[in-house]
Amino acid sequence: MRLTIPVLLLAAAAILALPEIGAAQQKPTAAGSAAVPALTGSALAGQKLAFSRKKGNCLACHTMRGSDVPSNVGPELVNLKALFPHRKDLVAIVTNEQARNPQTVMPPFGKNLILSAKEIQEVVDFLYTL
Amino acid sequence: MRRVIAAVAALAMLALTGAAPAPATAGKSNPAADLKAFQDYFKTSFPKVPFDDFVNGPYAVNKGMRAQWEQIMQFPPYDFELADGKKLFETKFANGKSYGDCFPDKGIGIAQTYPHFDAKTGQVVTLVDAINACRVTNGEAKLDVSKGPMAEIAAYMVSTSHGKRFDVTIPDDPRALAAYEAGKQFFYSRRGQLNFSCASCHVQSAGKRLRGDIIAPALGLVAAFPIYRDAWGNIGTLGRRFVECNAQVRAVAFKPDSTIYHDLEYFLTYMDNGLPVTGPGTRP
Ligand code: HEC
Ligand code: HEC
Repeated sequence: MRLTIPVLLLAAAAILALPEIGAAQQKPTAAGSAAVPALTGSALAGQKLAFSRKKGNCLACHTMRGSDVPSNVGPELVNLKALFPHRKDLVAIVTNEQARNPQTVMPPFGKNLILSAKEIQEVVDFLYTL
Repeated sequence: MRRVIAAVAALAMLALTGAAPAPATAGKSNPAADLKAFQDYFKTSFPKVPFDDFVNGPYAVNKGMRAQWEQIMQFPPYDFELADGKKLFETKFANGKSYGDCFPDKGIGIAQTYPHFDAKTGQVVTLVDAINACRVTNGEAKLDVSKGPMAEIAAYMVSTSHGKRFDVTIPDDPRALAAYEAGKQFFYSRRGQLNFSCASCHVQSAGKRLRGDIIAPALGLVAAFPIYRDAWGNIGTLGRRFVECNAQVRAVAFKPDSTIYHDLEYFLTYMDNGLPVTGPGTRP
């Protein structure tokens, strides 16, 4: 009987949708008021996805330009062009960071269909503006 | 940046080797060995936090939160509910008996032994279960297990155990060990689209900031229950918090009195053995 519980759980949980972790709110920090370049097109769409609680919710774990509250479950996202000159590396991290680090707590956005392939490209366009 | 990843990965490995059974004992449950590895892991990860302070959850690992909390605690927000709990606890049932008649030592100073394993039924019995069982025995209806009078009565009973240390036992009975293992598995298994386990946050990311929340370490996670939460505006039981944490990460939530949550409470409270009982607590 007991053995079936985790299995059921996995199956049922898989159907369910998206992140709304970190409900508590705090006052905006300095990060929120830093000069923000006017984003357009795909990068703007990517920012919306990254900030949305229902989609990327990247702010739950990462501090980045435009963050309203600091998070440090993951590293601050900054200077990503220098860190990841190859676009495919960033795409891979967002798609399934578990491939690089099996222990990571970062959700596999592509693998688990939280973000579509197109949405991941948009998020990466946004990341390259950081 | 690479160093960050290495550190995170190292922590994660420790988490796995620390709290999961060692390969040599795989398949065979050894709660005492788990307990030692689990507590050692947190003592090593937070060398500046005194052992007893882990009961204070996020406040133990973050200075700013602690300062806010110390102010709040000058007038604990649960005081009225605690007083109501005492009154309810002492009020006689229609048959003239009261809660005290159902428990050893009249129910005073015994909360640290819950949950306990009942060899007769083969079930894990939480304090909340025992309170409801007492009502049923005395011809009264069960109470809601999440909040209201149940949380108040439990808060009062827990408060009479202040100064005592958690002392949950897992008898050498296959059913007790199976319940413990199920709770442990639940805690460490990743679930849902986000692929989180409870341990992803409360072991691997303990003390970190998640959107303004400070994540409480798994050691001491259940030691301050029932809790008054600002987000609730009143006092609630551990079952209520389990449902909420599950819902927050968009995994299926079970009923607050489901078997799996009983097992989870059994595992987590056993891991708190040796910590002082501090409930009721208060959290954001
Ligand atoms: C639940 C936590 C969590 C969420 C949500 C999350 N991440 Fe991460 N992320 C991490 C952690 C932890 C790392 C550190 C690397 C690791 O664990 O493998 C990381 C690493 C990264 C890195 C590599 C950074 C570096 O310097 O190495 C990038 C880029 C990244 N995340 C982007 C994102 C984006 C974009 C989103 C949202 C679509 C996101 N993350 C959501 C936890 C998270
Ligand atoms: C994505 C991160 C995350 C996951 C996954 C998660 N939690 Fe939490 N949990 C939190 C945060 C943030 C809080 C609020 C701050 C705190 O008190 O730790 C919290 C609070 C709690 C509390 C209250 C502790 C206190 O001191 O107030 C309990 C109990 C708890 N979680 C249990 C669980 C259990 C059981 C699971 C798995 C079913 C789980 N959590 C999964 C982030 C998480």
